[in-house]
Amino acid sequence: MARSTTKDAQALLHSLRSAYAVTPTNLKIIDLYIVFAVVTALIQIVYMAVVGTFPFNSFLSGVLSCVGTAVLAVGLRIQVNKENKEFKDLPPERAFADFVLCNLVLHLVIMNFLG
Amino acid sequence: MSEPETSQSTALRHAFGNVLSFFILLLIGVLAFSIRLFSVIKYESVIHEFDPYFNYRVTQFLIKNGVYDFWNWFDDRTWYPLGRVIGGTVYPGLTLTAGALWRIFHSLNIPLSVETVCVFTAPIFSAFASWAAYLLTKEVKGTGAGLTAAVLLSMVPSYISRSVAGSYDNEAVAIFALIFTFYLYIKTLNTGSLFYATLNAIAYFYMVCSWGGYTFIINLIPMHVLLCIVTGRYSPRLYIAYAPLVVLGTLLASLVPVVGFNAVMTSEHFASFLVFIIIHVVALVYYIKGILTPQMFKVAVTLVVSVGLIVCCAALAVLIALVASSPTKGWSGRSLSLLDPTYASKYIPIIASVSEHQPPTWPSYFMDINVLAFLVPAGIIACFMPLSDASTFAVLYIVTSVYFSGVMVRLMLVLAPAACIMSGIALSEAFDVFTRSIKFQLLGATQSPQVNKAGDTNSVAKNDVVKTEISEDSLKERPSRKNKKKEKENIEKASSVSRIEKASLVSRIEKRLLVLPLEASVVAILLLVLLGAFYVVHCVWAAAEAYSAPSIVLTTRSNNGLHVFDDFREAYAWLSHNTEVDDKVASWWDYGYQTTAMANRTVIVDNNTWNNTHIATVGTAMSSPEKAAWEIFNSLDVKYVLVVFGGFVGYPSDDINKFLWMVRIGGGVFPHIKEPDYLRDGQYRIDSQATPTMLNSLMYKLSYYRFVETDGRGFDRVRNTEIGKKHFKLTHFEEVFTTHHWMVRLYKLKPPRNRIRGKTKKSKSVSGSIINQLCHAVHVYYCETCSVTLT
Repeated sequence: MARSTTKDAQALLHSLRSAYAVTPTNLKIIDLYIVFAVVTALIQIVYMAVVGTFPFNSFLSGVLSCVGTAVLAVGLRIQVNKENKEFKDLPPERAFADFVLCNLVLHLVIMNFLG
Repeated sequence: MSEPETSQSTALRHAFGNVLSFFILLLIGVLAFSIRLFSVIKYESVIHEFDPYFNYRVTQFLIKNGVYDFWNWFDDRTWYPLGRVIGGTVYPGLTLTAGALWRIFHSLNIPLSVETVCVFTAPIFSAFASWAAYLLTKEVKGTGAGLTAAVLLSMVPSYISRSVAGSYDNEAVAIFALIFTFYLYIKTLNTGSLFYATLNAIAYFYMVCSWGGYTFIINLIPMHVLLCIVTGRYSPRLYIAYAPLVVLGTLLASLVPVVGFNAVMTSEHFASFLVFIIIHVVALVYYIKGILTPQMFKVAVTLVVSVGLIVCCAALAVLIALVASSPTKGWSGRSLSLLDPTYASKYIPIIASVSEHQPPTWPSYFMDINVLAFLVPAGIIACFMPLSDASTFAVLYIVTSVYFSGVMVRLMLVLAPAACIMSGIALSEAFDVFTRSIKFQLLGATQSPQVNKAGDTNSVAKNDVVKTEISEDSLKERPSRKNKKKEKENIEKASSVSRIEKASLVSRIEKRLLVLPLEASVVAILLLVLLGAFYVVHCVWAAAEAYSAPSIVLTTRSNNGLHVFDDFREAYAWLSHNTEVDDKVASWWDYGYQTTAMANRTVIVDNNTWNNTHIATVGTAMSSPEKAAWEIFNSLDVKYVLVVFGGFVGYPSDDINKFLWMVRIGGGVFPHIKEPDYLRDGQYRIDSQATPTMLNSLMYKLSYYRFVETDGRGFDRVRNTEIGKKHFKLTHFEEVFTTHHWMVRLYKLKPPRNRIRGKTKKSKSVSGSIINQLCHAVHVYYCETCSVTLT
């Protein structure tokens, strides 16, 4: 039972890796950015667990800025992905401009809340 | 018709439609503004009720001192001696909006006073709210439905009641923010654009600034997202509509001082975080499903489900333990009373005593939303044909708002926009069907219907043949086998020839079924217009007669014409002219805001009701005999006591009618005040059968002092009896002012005597323990870590 599950897991990982390898480079860059943002958020949470929550607003703004920019990057990836039928009339430049605007508003709020 | 002509004519029709819509919307705005002006015409341009006076005072402060002082304002003229942190406990949206409006007008050299701007803020924003309702319904169903919904919202009595000219309260701006936020959410859902998602978050921020009811939005939208996911309507647009809103919205909500860290720590927001996690899981699942082959996906699912289930259970157990450790499970008292309507009456009598927090009666539905009450179900059905993401949202909105309006009368206000949207959709669809029927019938009478362009007449002939054959078949009840086979062959032949036209036949039959006879459609349209006329008449009547009273000025019609009762302002003006600036005035909490705003004197308790013990202290003082009350008030540095009395003119909302609440609230904190002491056989009386405790209480004495001098026998017009104790003197208070109609009575505390005759033994008096508790409460408030116990 365990052997079959590990074999299944290995086969699954292999197929995941091969399926992911064919994604275009621009999407891979966005994925890298998302992973970076999430890892930064995790590091901040670990740090908070070590030193305590004071000042709480700074912790919140730090974590939420990472999560926020990751979410916006996922949105950008959805809109730029050529396989997505719903967004085929949306030029990628417009998607990127929206992404930049949202990030601007997000970081303006973060700067205000950082304290 | 040739091709370019049709496109030109449709373009012309579209342009004409757009211009017409624009002018209709302009008229709707003017209508919404002007229907709310009845109070200004009938009375004067004055601020109404109680809460708006507080908002007015805060706006005055903001305009005089600027934003930074307003943000950090600590008010020491209320809740003496505790004070109140205004910057941290008020929702700043309304005051900032009015301040901005005032500043805009002044920069344009239009010198409007602060009071005028405050009085007219609500009608202006109701016009904006109608336009927002148009935009929202346009996203859900179309332009026709949008215009109908806008017209309905501009006049609906429930919204008028909270936004007349003079009702300067949070809801005036908040309903506009609510509808606008929902519109931007639906727009983002329909278009999938991150730009609208940002605008949605900013509109949500404005809503959080304006009203405590923003928790409705942050719970309704996750509910809708969950509904979409569960019914299989997940799409990338849903992700873009929801995920940025949660992150940006939580951040923006934490920026408002009133909400602060509650945005991440109270249970009211947990739903949004939970659905945030769920939507990420769903998005990941869809992504992996897209890149893997089906059997690999099955393997992945089995693996993940077995591992993920264990992790999920562990996380859920931790969360439940955290939440269950707090006594109210993290919900605030007000939200709990929404979920469990009996909660407030059991645990928090102050919330239960407010008349706005009672459940509504059935007639109030027909008074407040009138005709819309039975158009709403039609609208719900119309939303299902066809069902889209936006229309599921509209249905969810109406269902939840109907439930909450059933819990609290005040929340009928949240039901009003939903009812207008639904009724707008229903009316628009009905008009659509009827006008289409009329057009179909009229066109069908003159020429053949222009459903298909090519081969029209051919198909008509062929379809008629097929139709007659089918009808002949159905007429023959017991055909012989041979005959049936022959007819079957015939039909098959005809069908093979006209298979293409069969589809058009089906659609034509469907269209025929949806078409009503001409006379019925005309009569139905006339009836619908009549329905609208009834609605308009009712709304104008409600606005003029029911909801325009400023409640600070009362009027009656007598034989000699209109009689005006301006006693409240008379009393406040007397206070502001004849007392020192630092004098403290004690009254029941209803009149606190008005006293600070109009009389400009420090009060002990006001309408904010944030400190139950302080209110209970005042309630105990009002329920105690004169000496004990004097001691309590003296310990609070009170100089004047204000009492509202309606027995002379028959004004029913006076302090004697509210007295039992004072007893209950006081008795909740100081157990020596027991409600049965004031009731004779369970009945509340003030006549000769009243209990001695009642006849000796301060409230009775201050209300009825010298009342017998008015008509010789002391007949109370509200309670409809003669009073019990008629001739008595006051020992510790002296009357300083009674207004013209005896509605407001002011008393001054007599200074303590210089010599105390008789025993000087220090007795453990009842009032002494109250003062002890009060000092302890003040002490605890100022230093939370102290360990001094009550002696």
